Amino acid sequence: MMTFTEIKKSFLTSLWFMFLTFPIMVIRVNTIEKQVIWRWENMWYVGIGSFLLSFAWRYFLRRKERGGNQANEHIANMSSSIQRIFSRRRYKIPAMVAAAMAVVVFPFVMNSYQTNIMITALMYVMLGLGLNIVVGLAGLLDLGYVAFYAVGAYTYGLLNHHFGIGFWTVLPLGGALGALFGVLLGFPVLRLRGDYLAIVTLGFGEIIRLILENWNEFSYGPSGIAHISKPSLFGIKLSFSGEINYMYFLMIGMVCFTIFVVNRLQNSRIGRAWIALREDEIACQAMGIDKTRTKLTAFALGATWAGMAGVIFAAKTTFINPASFTFMESAMILSIVVLGGMGSIPGVIIAALFLILLPEYLRAFSDYRMLLFGAIMVIMMVFRPQGIIATVRRNYNFKRAEN
Amino acid sequence: MLKVNGLSTYYGNIQELKNISMEVAEGEIITLIGANGAGKTTTLMSISGIVPPRQGEIFFLNKPIHTMSPDKIVSQGISQVPEGRRIFPYLTVAENLDMGAYLRSDTENIKKDMAYIWDLFPILSQRRHQAGGTLSGGEQQMLAISRALMARPRLLLLDEPSLGLAPLIVKQIFEIIKKINAENNTTIFLVEQNANMALKIAHRGYVMENGVITMSDSSRNLLCNEAVKKAYLGL
Repeated sequence: MMTFTEIKKSFLTSLWFMFLTFPIMVIRVNTIEKQVIWRWENMWYVGIGSFLLSFAWRYFLRRKERGGNQANEHIANMSSSIQRIFSRRRYKIPAMVAAAMAVVVFPFVMNSYQTNIMITALMYVMLGLGLNIVVGLAGLLDLGYVAFYAVGAYTYGLLNHHFGIGFWTVLPLGGALGALFGVLLGFPVLRLRGDYLAIVTLGFGEIIRLILENWNEFSYGPSGIAHISKPSLFGIKLSFSGEINYMYFLMIGMVCFTIFVVNRLQNSRIGRAWIALREDEIACQAMGIDKTRTKLTAFALGATWAGMAGVIFAAKTTFINPASFTFMESAMILSIVVLGGMGSIPGVIIAALFLILLPEYLRAFSDYRMLLFGAIMVIMMVFRPQGIIATVRRNYNFKRAEN
Repeated sequence: MLKVNGLSTYYGNIQELKNISMEVAEGEIITLIGANGAGKTTTLMSISGIVPPRQGEIFFLNKPIHTMSPDKIVSQGISQVPEGRRIFPYLTVAENLDMGAYLRSDTENIKKDMAYIWDLFPILSQRRHQAGGTLSGGEQQMLAISRALMARPRLLLLDEPSLGLAPLIVKQIFEIIKKINAENNTTIFLVEQNANMALKIAHRGYVMENGVITMSDSSRNLLCNEAVKKAYLGL
């Protein structure tokens, strides 16, 4: 409804925006010629743009709240129909076959640049699925996940640099070391919950990064480690594009393995114990669930995937330094989990591909990338807080009485 | 079976239980009644180890359990139905029951026990694939009791099973409690506000006030006791 108050509200919003952006959008000071240029036309753009946007915003917000969530249900139906396709046998097999074909053909159809960014995206799928165990299932907000990623990467970097140990030996080792650090972090923070846990994990992430940055004798500081060897294939020498394709299929294999394990974990007793622990700690204790051990396994298992992803990252880029392991990375992985839908495997995969591939294809707008990213996050959280694909667990179906 | 000796429990600096002693024999239904804030729930929490006592001893089957962690205590055969039901809302009914059997790995017997539960509460069997949070209050209470039973306890600690339920449902639940006690010889420790109902099904009762046990007698005597009548039965 276009009532007068609506228009007035939007008008005031646009006035406010015009006032806020006045110094940056309108005034330009040319210091060389000592001139002030007034660009009044920009003010009009800002005014009209914010007027329309605030109008649309309020319209959609109201539509969401009113009318039995029609708009929302539409999206919900869409995502649940995706799930239904995958749950129905008749569609499941062709869909799987089509997906597998696309995955296999991809590196031969696309050029090596495309394949390369796909590898990065797949790495984030793996990281997202790992963090999904900690945040989505066990409900422990971990803001320092990148620390385990760094542990894995430096495990391979250092072992390869000093002792020349190959990729395949270090891959499980990196996972194990990630798990070890997960337990190390887990022990002191187990009694914490919610916000407090988030702060402590954030601190842990920064500690690891700062150690790597400043302990020159150990990690070569900000200059990092270069010339890390790529993964080997039975000693066969691969061409440049062959190496990328090999990396791609290796990553596909790892992602499949991750999906398999996470899926099994989710439906196992320990997975259910994580969900139960997230929901009610006292009830869990009354059921005889060891709070400490269950939380520790969640932390350790989540960290294992980060450790392995770290090893792969080091092998892919052949160069690592602490700048790759900033808080931004943790935030990115967390965004993938939240955007995809906490605890939902297909959601996390789609969100990872979306969040990593989109910025690459939007290189033309690279200046506004983070702005767009922020806007998408805000819009998602307001209009669809349960994520792209909500967990199946939350949707239950009544079995209709047969008559 | 259960022996509590000079138990004192604190929340920070506040002493909640003051030198509590009580005894439960095998196969009994024992009830602990008292006003709000008397320390009934804390007593249960101390026995199950979730709020460990600062002083005193608890023996279960002649084993000291006051130093054990909650999961060890459950594995000894004590299982608790916490106050306010506390079922897992996003897990299905069947999954909730499976969480109750968390420490057990004998799949065959778990299946048998689950079938027993479906017998005991047919309504739960109809709702077995439904999320726990979508059940009504009475059904949730049934689920909470069933979940505790899945651990095959020798001693079942029940914390206010009548909380927020309609009188008819309360009656039904108390019938089931009696049935569980009679059929499986499960010892039951019942904490209740609803003193009248609790004393009717229990063999013995304890009365608690401000963290101290003030009376202990057979429930028949307690039902006739003038002080109890006035304070808890509203007669």
